Amino acid sequence: MSQLSNEPMSQIESPSPITRHSSHTGKTFAEKALARASGQSAVIAGQIVDAVPDVALSHDNTAAITKIFRALGVARVKYPERLAITLDHAVPAPTTVHATNHAETRKFVEEQGVVNFFEVWRGICHQVLSEEAIILPGQLILGADSHTTHYGWMGAFGAGIGRSEMAAIWATGELWLRVPESIKITVDGELPLGVTSKDLCLRIIGDLGADGGIYASVELHGGAISEMSLESRMVIPNMMAEFGVKNAYLPPDDAVFEWLAERKVKSQKSKVKSESEIINHKSQRDIQSEIRNGALFPDVDATYAATYHYDAAQLEPYVACPHRVDNVKPLSQVRGTRVQQAFIGTCTNGRIEDLAAAAEILRGKKLARGTRLLVIPASSQVLSDALARGYIQTFVDAGAVIGTPGCGPCMGNHMGIPAPGEVTISTANRNFRGRMGTRDAEIYLASPAVVAASAVAGVIADPREV
Amino acid sequence: MPITGRAWKYGKDIDTDLIIAGRYCNLIDADELGKHAMEDLDAEFAKKVQRGDVVVAGSNFGCGSSREVAPLALKGAGVSAVVAENFARIFYRNAINIGLPIFESPEAAAAIEAGHRVEIDPASGVIRDLDTQKQFKSTPFPEFMQMIIAKGGLLPYVEERLAQRRNPDGTPTNADERGQN
Repeated sequence: MSQLSNEPMSQIESPSPITRHSSHTGKTFAEKALARASGQSAVIAGQIVDAVPDVALSHDNTAAITKIFRALGVARVKYPERLAITLDHAVPAPTTVHATNHAETRKFVEEQGVVNFFEVWRGICHQVLSEEAIILPGQLILGADSHTTHYGWMGAFGAGIGRSEMAAIWATGELWLRVPESIKITVDGELPLGVTSKDLCLRIIGDLGADGGIYASVELHGGAISEMSLESRMVIPNMMAEFGVKNAYLPPDDAVFEWLAERKVKSQKSKVKSESEIINHKSQRDIQSEIRNGALFPDVDATYAATYHYDAAQLEPYVACPHRVDNVKPLSQVRGTRVQQAFIGTCTNGRIEDLAAAAEILRGKKLARGTRLLVIPASSQVLSDALARGYIQTFVDAGAVIGTPGCGPCMGNHMGIPAPGEVTISTANRNFRGRMGTRDAEIYLASPAVVAASAVAGVIADPREV
Repeated sequence: MPITGRAWKYGKDIDTDLIIAGRYCNLIDADELGKHAMEDLDAEFAKKVQRGDVVVAGSNFGCGSSREVAPLALKGAGVSAVVAENFARIFYRNAINIGLPIFESPEAAAAIEAGHRVEIDPASGVIRDLDTQKQFKSTPFPEFMQMIIAKGGLLPYVEERLAQRRNPDGTPTNADERGQN
């Protein structure tokens, strides 16, 4: 656990004893979601179930998974309509090896009739699947990507798995899962100006450690969460992967149902092939109420392994320092650290709200000499919106590099690898040594406003002062 | 068959980027991956590791990315087992699925020192430091996972289930070519 200078504000209550003899005992979100996914009336933490995911996600690793799948001797994917495949980790292909992987993925998609396939232009899997409303509240999504926890923003159960496990799902439609114990974090109060959901996540991980939520399902409740914009909420379950959790959950509300229903209608229209299909189309209102009916909420008397409480009003901007996400310090302690590269993007903070925060700081300004800025929208939709709102022009005028929607340099594939000895400040979720492709480079993690302010100042800076 | 080897000792939160850097994730062959195992953590590791050696580490071993090539790289480097205080959940599953033996023992993880000879009995989960003659017990695997381990990983288990579905009573049938019974 990192050492923060001020007093930890989380009140750690003693763990509730996990004793459940009565079938009337309240259920956590994880227990309800995995009961549904395994077709059982009730399951309890610790139980192992055969779960049938509603969506099975893979990305550039699809090519490697096809090799494992073929070795199983199965010709056809059991539920091709449940697969969602994006090319996002290295797009457009930077090397022949990447290009070959992409080509093999396209071949597999064609062979198996995978409808939900998103080409190199479309963006990062977690943003795209959300925008396309492919996964809905209360459903189970398993992804060959550790940030599949992301879908907790809408109240879906999302967990990362390995390649062999994905091949097994393709072959059988199911995978064993252990029902996790749950942790409950309640965040009340109002976030101060300039403090974001990213800061909340960094604070939690800093306080409780990168292994603080190991194996667990983490639920985040409270007024500070429900008051957040949907885009701010999306940051939280994404970052919770760095807390060691299996999945994360935010209780969905009408704002979530409406957002998804709008997008479901849009994607439904784009898939219409004939007149007769239009007649069968449901109205947005019907779709929204169906989505609402599918949502799951934990019981008030559910059993939690640990509960924590935060007062949002007490939070400030934080920065995760090299080389661990739980090496968290208040921004005020690292201000002035020289940065050569700033990166705004990724599935964590590459949405329009994030670009808006950055554009507000960069408007009419130039980057500091000796500092470069990469802006990579999380999806083609985010790029379109940013163009329409003039943000891209603002970034170009300031001297930023605009990258193709996708993961960019987050995991060191391409598009902004730092030189040895250089310091990057990034909106991503990981700052592990070597993460961006260079062992002897340092990565700091912060909110988009802090990263933009640092690009202007040339040193880690407080956006409230730029 | 007991596992025996020299201990390589590391701290807590050893992430998958340290175990195998993202730049090698396109590799599939375990031996090739093994040449780059732990490269950004300990440049000497891949050069000096001996077949059978054991990695001993603190909590949250294998945190970070879902890359299955992380346990595969260790296996390819010749590592016979990992002993840790505990494991990050995806690494835990991946290790079992690809057949890299892992043992959860906070006591062993704390006590065993770098370079010590370690002996592990996979059946009982008992870990011994042969240099100090101290003995440790690892957390037993749940019954279901023991079954997966006994079958040699997830894929043999899935193959068996697929075969049973095609041919539930054991009599010869025309197996469904699509494998979709």
